[in-house]
Amino acid sequence: MSSSPSSLPAPSGHVITPHHARWLVIVRKLLSFLFVVALTFLALLAVTFFIGRIIPIDPVLAVVGDRASNEVYEAARVAMGLDRPLPVQFFAYVGDVLSGDLGRSVSTNREVISDLARVFPATLEMATIGIIIGVLIGVPMGVFAASHQGSWVDHIIRMLALSGYAVPAFWLGLVGLALFYANLGWVAGPGRMDVYFEGLIEPVSGLLLVDSLLAGDTEVFWNAVSHIVLPALILGFFALAYIARMTRSFMLDQLSQEYITTARVKGVPGWRVLWVHAFLPIRVQLITVIGLSYAGLLEGSVMIETVFSWPGIGNYLTVALLNADMNAVLGATLVIGMVFIIINKLSDVLYGLLDPRSAR
Amino acid sequence: MAMLELENLRVSFPSAEGPVDVVKGISLSLGRERLGIVGESGSGKSLTGRAILKLINRPGIMRADRLEFEGIDLLSRSERQMRHLRGARLSMVMQDPKFSLHPVMRVGDQIAEALRCHERLRRRDVKARVIAMLEKVRINDPEAVARLYPHQISGGMGQRVMIAMMLIPKPDLLIADEPTSALDVSVQATVLDLIDSLVTDNGMGLMLISHDLHLVARYCDRILVMNAGEVVEECAAGQLLQATHPYTQGLLAAVPQMVEDRDALPVIDRSRWSGT
Amino acid sequence: MNSLQQWLSDESPETRWQASLGRSWRLLRMLMKNPLALLGSLIIIGLILIAAFAPWIAPQSPIGQDLGNRLLPPSSEHLMGTDELGRDIFSRVIHGSRITLLIVALVAIISAPLGLLIGAVSGYFGGWVDKLLMGITDVFLSMPKLILALAFVAALGPGIENAIIAIAITAWPVYARIARAETQTFRQSEFIAATQMLGASDTRIIVRHVLPLCTSSMIVRMTLDMAGIILTAAGLGFLGLGAQPPLPEWGAMISRGRTFILDQWWVATMPGIAIIVVSLGFCFLGDGLRDVLDPRHEGQR
Ligand SMILES: Nc1ncnc2c1ncn2[C@@H]1O[C@H](COP(=O)(O)OP(=O)(O)O)[C@@H](O)[C@H]1O
Ligand SMILES: [Mg+2]
Repeated sequence: MSSSPSSLPAPSGHVITPHHARWLVIVRKLLSFLFVVALTFLALLAVTFFIGRIIPIDPVLAVVGDRASNEVYEAARVAMGLDRPLPVQFFAYVGDVLSGDLGRSVSTNREVISDLARVFPATLEMATIGIIIGVLIGVPMGVFAASHQGSWVDHIIRMLALSGYAVPAFWLGLVGLALFYANLGWVAGPGRMDVYFEGLIEPVSGLLLVDSLLAGDTEVFWNAVSHIVLPALILGFFALAYIARMTRSFMLDQLSQEYITTARVKGVPGWRVLWVHAFLPIRVQLITVIGLSYAGLLEGSVMIETVFSWPGIGNYLTVALLNADMNAVLGATLVIGMVFIIINKLSDVLYGLLDPRSAR
Repeated sequence: MAMLELENLRVSFPSAEGPVDVVKGISLSLGRERLGIVGESGSGKSLTGRAILKLINRPGIMRADRLEFEGIDLLSRSERQMRHLRGARLSMVMQDPKFSLHPVMRVGDQIAEALRCHERLRRRDVKARVIAMLEKVRINDPEAVARLYPHQISGGMGQRVMIAMMLIPKPDLLIADEPTSALDVSVQATVLDLIDSLVTDNGMGLMLISHDLHLVARYCDRILVMNAGEVVEECAAGQLLQATHPYTQGLLAAVPQMVEDRDALPVIDRSRWSGT
Repeated sequence: MNSLQQWLSDESPETRWQASLGRSWRLLRMLMKNPLALLGSLIIIGLILIAAFAPWIAPQSPIGQDLGNRLLPPSSEHLMGTDELGRDIFSRVIHGSRITLLIVALVAIISAPLGLLIGAVSGYFGGWVDKLLMGITDVFLSMPKLILALAFVAALGPGIENAIIAIAITAWPVYARIARAETQTFRQSEFIAATQMLGASDTRIIVRHVLPLCTSSMIVRMTLDMAGIILTAAGLGFLGLGAQPPLPEWGAMISRGRTFILDQWWVATMPGIAIIVVSLGFCFLGDGLRDVLDPRHEGQR
């Protein structure tokens, strides 16, 4: 970490780290990150394999139907590779997934992987706006609550944060639609845009807000905004609740530290004590929290997308669930699971890299 | 006229059985001299120091009949007005550099901040003054040290950084709260000599807080002995051996001698005075 | 009464029984000083009472249809209105409390002992047993719970039993982590060493001495998790994967009311309010319990 020359007076306990050690640390951390992620992926695959091949009493029957003749049944069984031993089946499955083969969806009759690639950007767009709302409101709320500990504002913020754990997302979505769309008409209804705009914009990034601006079509852009506002705000509320709660608790811990008193002894202005001295050390922890709630939003979008008929991965998953379309269900589970795991582990690594104290 | 006048200071904390006073009516006055405050750990020395800066954190409460610094009534000052005095004219070296230096700010930035909060200076001038100040607290290669984080320097160096930080805006009064108790015995004297010379050179007032009676006697002109939130003895440093209060005598006796001929160090006999 | 209080708060209890009762008494008194925790306990006690006496409290049958009284707005006769089959929503919400309580209780009964056992074994034995078990736990912890539960239910088939199993499968890893952490702090203790010297078997030590030490942090964690379990179960019900009609499960009721949300708002709104109240109750109680039993983690989850 340090770049200190060796001429430095080094009394007891002084650690002098050579300059290149920082890179060694980074490389080592990245390698162990990749290893852990790969291992967790394998475990996730084992779980989806277990769900897809072992729990169903007879996966063949699910495909051929119960009126198939014995020959048809046997042929399907061999075609599905179910006559092979389980470990062989598992490795074949891992191989398939690694080569991007998630099977075919019964309901859309397309490759699951291409379905997922098509719907994923819609989810990403909504969750990203949700997390931005959550951070922009949640962090200042948490800081404010901590600096006014015990006041009525603090109590209100705590209540709000707790309600993030108690309100069903799908219910909030329904009530929001009834109120702000049907009654007040402030926002547009379900879907990503009005029907007559569908197909006007050529997907480039898949993010409608970006694509419509790229195409220079502000009408579609504003229409898309009016559609995404409500679901993104609702997702943002859940992110906000968690982020505000964690920020508050981190800040309370910081504000009781000796170095905060030191700053005040120096005559540092109040806002600077709060936002620099107390906030600086919690940035890294907050990145982890934000990463976790971002991953949580990807998961939470399942419910919100169903309520808002949002054509994303969550909606795709629930439609597949209702049609017993197992390939699609497991494919969506895998993709959401992988994104979740990557964000999860990545925030661990960032933690280690960003905090100067941990780079020894 | 005295620089600091303090009358009947009380600090209390709420507890299950109502508020408990941990500083119980302390009065003192301090000119441009070196005043030592001694007492065992937990006797309320640090809280007294912080109360002078009006830095008692919630849920603690401080009250006093009078708190004046250079004729300014601190009790009626708003937090904003206090901020202009803190650091600039009244400063405090904090107890343990391991906890009181900011862990993720570079040492140089922390020192520079103390200056920037009170003086408008160009970036280059700030840097020059920080380096000069680090040299004054006898840190070799100050440029390199300024770029380090606190966990990369030793305790003794951390304490010197802390002193540099608190002296750089040239305050009139310095409170030093156990500036050496976290340090190895070998560096203790260096740090204290340093504080002593800086204080003398700048003609500042010093309030040295410590649990070590002999150390305080060596560096101060006058000594207050505190026990359980109260001042039990006040005397000139030279007259320490004539101290009358049994607690002070106990403190004196409990210090190991260079040539020790006792088998066990005596324990302070608390039944000899009423203080609890 | 007064002598009972004295007996409970006795500084030097005579029996082990009196000591543990006295401890509970002190905790209860501290808990009741916290207004939110008090509110939470009242809500949970209310939920239990309502579930126990549902048939007597509910004015009408939860499944009896009355097509003449379809979609009536809330009134003095139908406190929460009626649904599309003319059923009294208030009565259905009352009976729904039984289902919610059942789900919560069964998930807790399955996942807590499972997690406790895995964590205690892992922490007690250490070494490769610990590495293996905690590896599995971490894998489950870093996976999305709701999605995993959905996939399990998809494979097992819809229904309330499968929903409970799926939720329990995703809930145990947190308890394993807690139990391991607690066990590790006690593993080195003289107390355990002394018990080992007396010749107690590992099983006996784990069951008699290690597990009881984990209970207070487990109770805190479980209470805090209850809200999440309720929300997941309701979500599964909403998607049609949990409790099946005509069962008056709150999530499924919201799902039925979805069609009418624009005109007959009460059909979907009322069960949602029930979910919120009960979940908040568990959150408040959990928060208060943590402050009393586990003050180190104030404000964190
Ligand atoms: N935040 C606090 N809450 C309750 N009591 C406190 C708090 N801070 C200090 N005290 C009490 O005040 C007494 C004096 O503390 P302090 O001034 O730090 O003593 P010292 O003389 O060692 O510097 C201690 O005995 C301690 O019990
Ligand atoms: Mg002290």
